[in-house]
Amino acid sequence: MARPRDIVVAAALLAVGRRRPKLQGDREPIVPRGREQPRTELAVVALLLATGLFAAAFIAFYALDRLPNQTQLMGGALGLAFLCLAAALILVGKQLIVTEEIEEDYPVPEHETEQETIAQIVADSGSRITRKRLLKASFGVAGAALGTALVVPAASLGPVIDMNPFYATTWRRGRRLVDENGRPWRASDIEPDDFYTAFPEGADKENVSSPVVLVRLPVSELHLPAENAGYDADGIVAYSKICTHAGCAISLYRTPLFQPDEPKPALVCPCHYSTFDPADGGTVLFGPAGRKLPMLPITADASGFLRAKGTFDEAVGPSWWGVRMRKARPA
Amino acid sequence: MRRTLLLAAALALAATSSAAAANRGLIQEGKTLFGRDCLSCHGANGSGVGPTSRTIGAGPLREQGVLKGLGPSLQGVGALAADFYLRTGYMPLQHVGLQPRRSRVQLSDRQIEALIAYVASLGKGPSIPTPQPQRGNLAQGLHLFTDHCAGCHQIAAEGGYVTGAVPPPLEDDSATQIAEAVRIGPYVMPRFTTKAISNRQLDSIIAYVQYAKHPDDRGGWALGHLGPVPEGLVTWFIAAAALVAVCMVIGKRLKAT
Repeated sequence: MARPRDIVVAAALLAVGRRRPKLQGDREPIVPRGREQPRTELAVVALLLATGLFAAAFIAFYALDRLPNQTQLMGGALGLAFLCLAAALILVGKQLIVTEEIEEDYPVPEHETEQETIAQIVADSGSRITRKRLLKASFGVAGAALGTALVVPAASLGPVIDMNPFYATTWRRGRRLVDENGRPWRASDIEPDDFYTAFPEGADKENVSSPVVLVRLPVSELHLPAENAGYDADGIVAYSKICTHAGCAISLYRTPLFQPDEPKPALVCPCHYSTFDPADGGTVLFGPAGRKLPMLPITADASGFLRAKGTFDEAVGPSWWGVRMRKARPA
Repeated sequence: MRRTLLLAAALALAATSSAAAANRGLIQEGKTLFGRDCLSCHGANGSGVGPTSRTIGAGPLREQGVLKGLGPSLQGVGALAADFYLRTGYMPLQHVGLQPRRSRVQLSDRQIEALIAYVASLGKGPSIPTPQPQRGNLAQGLHLFTDHCAGCHQIAAEGGYVTGAVPPPLEDDSATQIAEAVRIGPYVMPRFTTKAISNRQLDSIIAYVQYAKHPDDRGGWALGHLGPVPEGLVTWFIAAAALVAVCMVIGKRLKAT
């Protein structure tokens, strides 16, 4: 426990407390020192602090999920942070650093004295600045805040530890299948050679597990694997609409007009052309998807409405490293 | 009064009977053409050559053991399907198993009409639709097209890809052909009944497709409607060139001082 703290303290001391020994004691400076400009220095400090502020604002906007125009605010904040940083650097370069043009383009390395001169010029460059440590601290604040702002969006890559929500689905036994307007689907609505999107009644449609695609196949052509036996409602099968590869919506349904000569029926994802067999429990026929499409067991109730008989046989959504560890479950 | 009515009825009867006679002639002509161009795949009386027919594997171009059938039955497909496949040049197919593509129509108008009449006479089927896109709502059409069509044909109606088939661009399709294709579902396209897409909704979809042929490009330069990514890329190239030019000007000015 003590070791990391030692490292942090040592790093802080290295960054702040280290002083370079002066190059040569009392020497006539090559570059004229010029007027000290405390007001410019103050402006630079203010600009750097503003950079930090805007970068912090970016993080705040990123964290506040329900904000209207979130993307624009985030972009604006990050843009302003870079703008302030650029302005600060321009001010430092134009007003604070003393400069001297070097005549020779490529000094011969043997000329020790000239090298020393250049080193001295570099050392002299900050000679006008009176509040060096304050400036350095401001740079530190700006840099740290900006760096954090750039790293923070990595949080969107997903939960690191808690994967439980990934297995939760909005489907459970008895839930009716409804269309995007909330009208329940009847088994008689589902016609062959067409495909339909359904959602669980009364659940969040935006949830990744909600949308399913419904197709009707002739019962004679349905050859579901043993673990999916009885998942269909008299030939109507339901699969998650979210591709198991990259999570796009499966919006293509290949349905041959003349079966013998043409490609067999398939659900196709338009992003990378993963192709799934709806007659075979959603197995992958082609494409980059690494696992089958999750299948939802459904049935038609006494009044003809389609209802879920449970939840998916597999976890829904694009695959991740723990996708096969557990089964999907109702939320 | 009664006499005029009687006369009118008689005239109407004569007109329909002569029309029926003309139609019979047309059907007969169509049957001859069918025998010449279509029969080898669609079978006698358009009954189709499916996996159970005996003719499979016989004759040239039919790879034995690969193709399980030659052509679907045309009984009951109606004038709608015949009109679509013949006027788009989808049929006759170059060889069995290919995806039908839009190609040069090799039959005359009269021949096509005869074939349509013959195919329509094979069984009770849908007639040629008469869509009225001017009655459609463009905004609703865009919405419906996004829902039902854009997955394959792309939102710009310029076609795309599915595994094993190529959804065609819709730029050459007439309003009638779009309406027919939606009801047939040619090749691997889904079929949409009036329950899924009503005729009124279809009018809107066609209105959108016709608009998509000549959209007003607000950006000015559509780049073949390839989409926002290539358009953005071009912007980047222009911006990059402009930045390089600015850098060169600055460099020149610095050198001059």
